[in-house]
Amino acid sequence: MADTVATPKAHGHVEHHDVDYLHDGSLLSWLTTVDHKKIGVMYLWSVLFMFFLGGVFALLVRLELFAPGKTIMDAETYNKVFTLHGAIMVFLFIIPSIPAALGNFVLPLMLGAKDVAFPRLNLASFWIYVVGALIAVTAMVTGGVDTGWTFYTPYSTTTDGSVALMTFAAFVLGFSSILTGVNFIATVHKLRAPGMSWFRMPLFIWSMYSTAIIQVLATPVLAITLLLLIMERTFGVGVFDPKLGGDPVLFQHFFWFYSHPAVYIMILPGMAVISEVIPSMSQKTFFGYKATAFSSVAIAIVSFVVWGHHMFTSGQSQLAGAVFSFLTFLVGIPSGIKVFNWITTMYRGSISLQAPMLYALMFLILFGIGGLTGLFLGALSVDIHLHDTYFVVAHFHYVMMGSTAIAFLAGLHYWWPKMFGRTYNETAARISAILVFIGFNTTFLPQFLLGSRGMPRRYYDYLPEFQFLHQVSTVGSWILGLGFLIMAGYLFASLRKKMDAPANPWNARSLEWQIASPPITHNFHETPVVTTEPYDYYRPFEPSVKEHH
Amino acid sequence: MSGHAHTPSARIYVVTLGALLFLTGITVGAAYINFGSSSINLIIAVLIATVKASLVAMIFMHLRHDPPVNAIIFISSLLFLGLFILFPMIDIGSRDKVVPYGLRMQNPPPAAAGQAPAPGAPAASGEHGAAPAASH
Amino acid sequence: MSAESHVVEHNAEHSFRQHHFIDAEQQFTTSKLGMWLFLATEILMFGGLFVGYGLMQSVYPEAWIAGHHHLDRIMGAINTVFLLCSSFTMVMAVHYASTSQKSKTVVNLLLTLGFAAGFLVIKYFEYSHKFHDGLLPGRYFAYHGGGPSQQAMFFGFYFAMTGLHGVHVLVGMGLIAWILLRTMKGEFSSAYYTPVDLVGLYWHLVDLIWIYLFPLLYLVN
Repeated sequence: MADTVATPKAHGHVEHHDVDYLHDGSLLSWLTTVDHKKIGVMYLWSVLFMFFLGGVFALLVRLELFAPGKTIMDAETYNKVFTLHGAIMVFLFIIPSIPAALGNFVLPLMLGAKDVAFPRLNLASFWIYVVGALIAVTAMVTGGVDTGWTFYTPYSTTTDGSVALMTFAAFVLGFSSILTGVNFIATVHKLRAPGMSWFRMPLFIWSMYSTAIIQVLATPVLAITLLLLIMERTFGVGVFDPKLGGDPVLFQHFFWFYSHPAVYIMILPGMAVISEVIPSMSQKTFFGYKATAFSSVAIAIVSFVVWGHHMFTSGQSQLAGAVFSFLTFLVGIPSGIKVFNWITTMYRGSISLQAPMLYALMFLILFGIGGLTGLFLGALSVDIHLHDTYFVVAHFHYVMMGSTAIAFLAGLHYWWPKMFGRTYNETAARISAILVFIGFNTTFLPQFLLGSRGMPRRYYDYLPEFQFLHQVSTVGSWILGLGFLIMAGYLFASLRKKMDAPANPWNARSLEWQIASPPITHNFHETPVVTTEPYDYYRPFEPSVKEHH
Repeated sequence: MSGHAHTPSARIYVVTLGALLFLTGITVGAAYINFGSSSINLIIAVLIATVKASLVAMIFMHLRHDPPVNAIIFISSLLFLGLFILFPMIDIGSRDKVVPYGLRMQNPPPAAAGQAPAPGAPAASGEHGAAPAASH
Repeated sequence: MSAESHVVEHNAEHSFRQHHFIDAEQQFTTSKLGMWLFLATEILMFGGLFVGYGLMQSVYPEAWIAGHHHLDRIMGAINTVFLLCSSFTMVMAVHYASTSQKSKTVVNLLLTLGFAAGFLVIKYFEYSHKFHDGLLPGRYFAYHGGGPSQQAMFFGFYFAMTGLHGVHVLVGMGLIAWILLRTMKGEFSSAYYTPVDLVGLYWHLVDLIWIYLFPLLYLVN
């Protein structure tokens, strides 16, 4: 249907019918590829490297906090180190991680498409990411930034350091995110295979689509916020500086209008992955498909009206605080719906406890904790006491790392055989997962206690009564690091093996599992025709792809 | 074939341009008339601008013939922009009127009449020339 | 239509059709969808400036009024007329491209460029007048004619909003020039004129933003 009119000359290239995408083209050709799978893999190595970099900064932070006062660095350096940890993790790792690395690879396959809607824009998005990353690294080595990743004014408009460069890096990275969002929305609307109606799409797509909506609508506001910040530093305009009649709270409104939806850019893709791993590794139909699909969209929309819960103590009016607090409780509802649906999906399923499922189970526990503690913080009166304490730090690590990063790992292990055609050592993966789980909780559970007992965040020094919990937390970070070290080991070892992965190691139903591992360049020999519901594990498998292996 | 099933004739574009220019004249003219308060002037100006914008969007940008998803995208962006305006307005509009401690000490009577809820209070009151301790 | 011209047209369409689309129609509508998504981002970005401008106006109404008085309404109105006319010539260019009328497309693209250049010329006069009077943003504000000190903030917004808009006009002119060259090379016809349409959409957005900028900056008192 798709290429019946083609002549080789009109196409300008010869169809590669049987070569998998990894062996199609030289290594250098990857830099100018428009193949979504190669772009996804390039993103993958980039975000993994950034995770490593941000993780090193984290280990340094925790090492410094092992004892009160100076341990390995002075206070000014400490401010820079935690700022860079946050900025790298947020802008260079978490936000692109699942959408750009896994989503780029999987989304077109799941839809039965040959690529995303705008492949060249996809490549542009990757190179813009690289440019943004280079600018950020430049900012790091030319003086660093000590404002915290939130760049609050008036400190950020008046302090020394490479604030303008770092914010410009975030500005550039924002466009990478926007282009990914544009591509995904257009792809979902226009490139679904015949027979794939909206309610036959896997839930991964619904969540990625909702993420893309946020990326498109919220990120531009970050762009203008950062531009205004740079203008304030350069021209002294005074919009955010009280000495010049400006309003620092206005900066926070601007900043959080993006940054709160941004955290849903982080969690929705995590939920997307979980919605795939759980049904397939429970071999069971998804319970509450439509409720979960609509919940994704609801999260995306409601996420835009809760940002003031980051500002309860900032000086915003009581009325605004009350409104934001009320709306914040609303946004927890669709998340709760999803958690119940995931658990019910597992009920009476045939569960296999391999690495992706281990991470999915970890997600359920850690997101439960992270989400609930978010509600505690959303209660205005409680937040007055907990704001800017370690309670907040613990909360967002449970949702950003314990949930999104864990889901990213679930997806990485789930789709690894599809992406690279190779399996990894399952025993090593399980050991690593357990270490990550233990290490993560050891690091962050004590921080809830630290926070509720009064330990402020971003503080270099602290009272001796907090030392024990800080030490526990630091030891936890070492266990976490060890888990990741082992992970790096077996994943690299996997890449050096010969291709041994079956097309469908998990016996899953979605379209990406009905083609070879790894896929051919054009994904499908013929356009699939979809006639089945997603996750139809209750009946024998009916392939939609004709050359099904 | 790429493109819509029918291509509109060019006449509609000429008519639209005429309407746009006419409305521009109205906008400029209305600015010289005092309708009472400055907020009414503002509302009228924005309303006329919105009519012009709708003409450009519907006719020049072909939204009235396009698949509805394009218009949905356009309207959604405006709605979310509306949210972005609404909440900070609620905030700034409902902040307590606070007289800073230093000002209260220097001007003991509790009048503080007409103090706008300005965020940088010493600086704002400098505009009214009241505070001796105005920082610029 | 002769069989040969049908093949020529089909090949022209086909050489632009990307392999992952079913047909040219799908590619065209998808491209427009993508463009509207991009326009949505522009609306949110500029919108942020409008939000800041509006909020600060409510805090410093006198400074805003004083700032308004320094702006030349006539120049602003002329610029509005220029941009509206350029929007008209742009949509005419798209119209003629969609009906394979190459020379009329070229003429209208040139006219669009002309109006855009006129806009920038007026902007140049406005800006140099401001520089001359010391009406500059933030710490560079050096106006000696009195008035509320927050005028410096007004001019911060003025230059940010008109400056960002002006950058978009420049970029738009570059895009229109690129489309003009491709049109003259005969790359567009009723079978394929998507880039003209997309650049047109961008240009209309630039016009849309000015439709709001003009009254809010120049006319409100």
